[in-house]
Amino acid sequence: MAGEFGNPEIVEEEVDILLIGGGMANCGAAYEVIRWADAAAAESGVNLKIRLVDKAAMDRSGAVAQGLSAINTYIGTEQDPADYARMVSNDLMGITRDDLAYDLGRHVDDSVHLFEEWGLPIWKTDENGERHDGSKGLPALKDGGKPVRSGKWQIMINGESYKWIVAEAAKKALGMDRIEERIFIVKLVNDKNDKNRIAGAVGFSTREHKLYVYKAKTILLAAGGCVNIFRPRSVGEGTGRAWYPVWNAGSTYAMAAEAGAELTMMENRFVPARFKDGYGPVGAWFLLFKAQAVNSNGEVYMQKNKEMLNDYPPYGQAAVPASCLRNHLMLKEMKEGRGPIYMDTVTALAKLKETLSPREVKHLEAEAWEDFLDMCVGQCGIWVGENVEPEKKNSELMPTEPYLLGSHSGCCGIWTSGPTDVGAPTTEDHAEKDKIPAYLPQGWNWGYRGMTTVKGLFTAGDGVGASGHKFSSGSHAEGRMAAKAMVKYCVDNKDMKPELDTDTATLVEEIYKPVRTFLEFKDYTTAIDVNPNYITPKMLQFRLQKIMDEYVAGVATYYTTNEKMLQVAQEKLDMLKEDAMKMRAKDLHELLRAWENYHRILTAEAHLQHILFRQESRYPGFYYRMDKNFVDEQNWKCFVNSVYDKDTKKWNCFKRKHYDLVDKSKLFKPAAH
Amino acid sequence: MPTYVRTDKCDGCKGQDKTACMYICPHDLMKLDKDGSETGHAMRAFNQEPEQCWECYSCVKICPQQAIEARHYADIVPLGGSVQPLRGTDSIMWTIKFRNGTLKRFKFPIRTTPEGSIDPYGGKPKAAMANIAATGFFTGSADGGVTKGYRAGNPAELIRK
Repeated sequence: MAGEFGNPEIVEEEVDILLIGGGMANCGAAYEVIRWADAAAAESGVNLKIRLVDKAAMDRSGAVAQGLSAINTYIGTEQDPADYARMVSNDLMGITRDDLAYDLGRHVDDSVHLFEEWGLPIWKTDENGERHDGSKGLPALKDGGKPVRSGKWQIMINGESYKWIVAEAAKKALGMDRIEERIFIVKLVNDKNDKNRIAGAVGFSTREHKLYVYKAKTILLAAGGCVNIFRPRSVGEGTGRAWYPVWNAGSTYAMAAEAGAELTMMENRFVPARFKDGYGPVGAWFLLFKAQAVNSNGEVYMQKNKEMLNDYPPYGQAAVPASCLRNHLMLKEMKEGRGPIYMDTVTALAKLKETLSPREVKHLEAEAWEDFLDMCVGQCGIWVGENVEPEKKNSELMPTEPYLLGSHSGCCGIWTSGPTDVGAPTTEDHAEKDKIPAYLPQGWNWGYRGMTTVKGLFTAGDGVGASGHKFSSGSHAEGRMAAKAMVKYCVDNKDMKPELDTDTATLVEEIYKPVRTFLEFKDYTTAIDVNPNYITPKMLQFRLQKIMDEYVAGVATYYTTNEKMLQVAQEKLDMLKEDAMKMRAKDLHELLRAWENYHRILTAEAHLQHILFRQESRYPGFYYRMDKNFVDEQNWKCFVNSVYDKDTKKWNCFKRKHYDLVDKSKLFKPAAH
Repeated sequence: MPTYVRTDKCDGCKGQDKTACMYICPHDLMKLDKDGSETGHAMRAFNQEPEQCWECYSCVKICPQQAIEARHYADIVPLGGSVQPLRGTDSIMWTIKFRNGTLKRFKFPIRTTPEGSIDPYGGKPKAAMANIAATGFFTGSADGGVTKGYRAGNPAELIRK
């Protein structure tokens, strides 16, 4: 019988491989998994049942939904995966896993070559050095075509349909009978016989009155990063104009944490300096059009304040200083009253025009607009509303509210098993190793590439912590690596049968609780949104954002906090977590929002606890612990990891030792490349 | 810039079980008001949570009636400008109107192959279980151009090996 609101149908299903999320990572997984599953069937006689669930529609889901104007990770023939690992490390202030970055660096180009084969237009440079868009039929990258580099690692594309193309390949590879769209998974379930193993997941349809209970031998959790835990700079209609996609709700981190997975570097955040209000991309302006950012006096703050980079050796001394330090230099100008900060588009375009033909100038103008139209139409909306033509008027830059992610210029996420052939440590060897819970693995690899510390639970993209700078292509490649390892896991464990540690009735009541709460109390008051028995998901989000903004180094305090402020915030979060159990859902749309915001709270709490544990300010420009306002290489050049206990609702933070697998000193020699 | 739906153009996707905008919105914002009880306009779609709109334009681009446009965030942007696409199968055309009346048009390619033509495994090798623990994707093959499943680095760079 079809379900109805308040009386949903329960759908139970058992699969071998469950892919949660339909973004770049799981599109990669979908592509890779079928070939290996076919091999497992043909050679090992193991037939795998595979399912992908996405809370949106794969054609436009995930961070690439809108499109992109560049692929930010393409290694190419002239650079080594080790160069890439070095760049990632320095941008993230020295604390990343070289094994993960290196492995990604050697795999990622294969995905980019597939995108081009599938139809993604990639800009090319011809033999005269002129740029052409990707429809011009120049040789493909894999056949030696020369991309247009907008930076050392980035290549320009006509990427409006980037996700559409990648999703088409993923959907065809997997087959639509293995895909369910508009299902939001909200909770993972551990195994009855081994609490450190994954056994399934539960969620609901946002279109039909159906709750889903999946048993799964292995799960790839790749549901993006986290947006909107901090009060955004725009709080009216502009709330939606987040820099990272507003639908990234921290589901990856929260569900993994509740399942017992070890998280890493959750203190890390990304505060991008972007075009003000629209959050349009700056990369092409800096790197391709060679524009400079200036204060209100026209002074280039990266020059003016360059001595400040010496306060943070060696990270400030690389050819390209870490992203947070660039913010650090910008914030000095803002705090001392020399704002607004501008991107000097006028000078940059005038300079380029000096050497270009009128045809090339016209092309240049189109390139500048396409940069926004491909990936951030909202910025164009601001330009047209304010009559900004970049060749005539400069645009303001502004550091945004903080974001948590692991695939862009951030490294928070889940502690993940890496490759075994690059020299990664396999034991723990440091003063505080006894504080690591004994059941957790030692070293950086424990059997399956991409697996978390929970057996059978894998992650990719924004989920993999302590790496970063994977972007769209790297997330796709990382999903592919995980998928391959998941097939191996299934073959190795072919006789294992997952058993949920909680009965179905309890699980479905738990995830459906906001609806029950609404139906029980809705008639107590005349105004549907004001009721002492429940809180709307929207108000809960406002409360979370206010706490995080005012106490946990949001924009309200210029990204500053201290131990006392963090403790106050934790007290308030404790009560917010309790009140989250009283969220209401008046329809399926609000049930979606309720669970997104629950995930946001746990992600925010992890962020807070990690900042509290790390007794330094590792990312100046992103956040400052004003009571520990320094980088302490001696004691804190280490990973901060944590596990969450879903029963006591407490976090346990501890250190893991950092190792260099590639030589970082090369970064600081003059122009190695 | 929350998107809005024009009452004179939206046809509710002619009563199909889902509208194109509902199907595509990544944030579950578009909703069909079947009986007009929510908007006063029966069988028209609307943006049910405009302050959550990312302005990704997915609904604008997919609408078969071109009934969806965007009015830029009222708490940020002066009125009067518009940015409107017309997305075809191989290119997209943008019409950009400034508040002061300046008009610009741009056309960009969006894909080089026909929509729906991807043959994901055409010409690709099969995977072999012997390689499942090895480095590299199943796509690796000697004739794959520079794509051989992965790009091996210079071993001398790995200082702990």
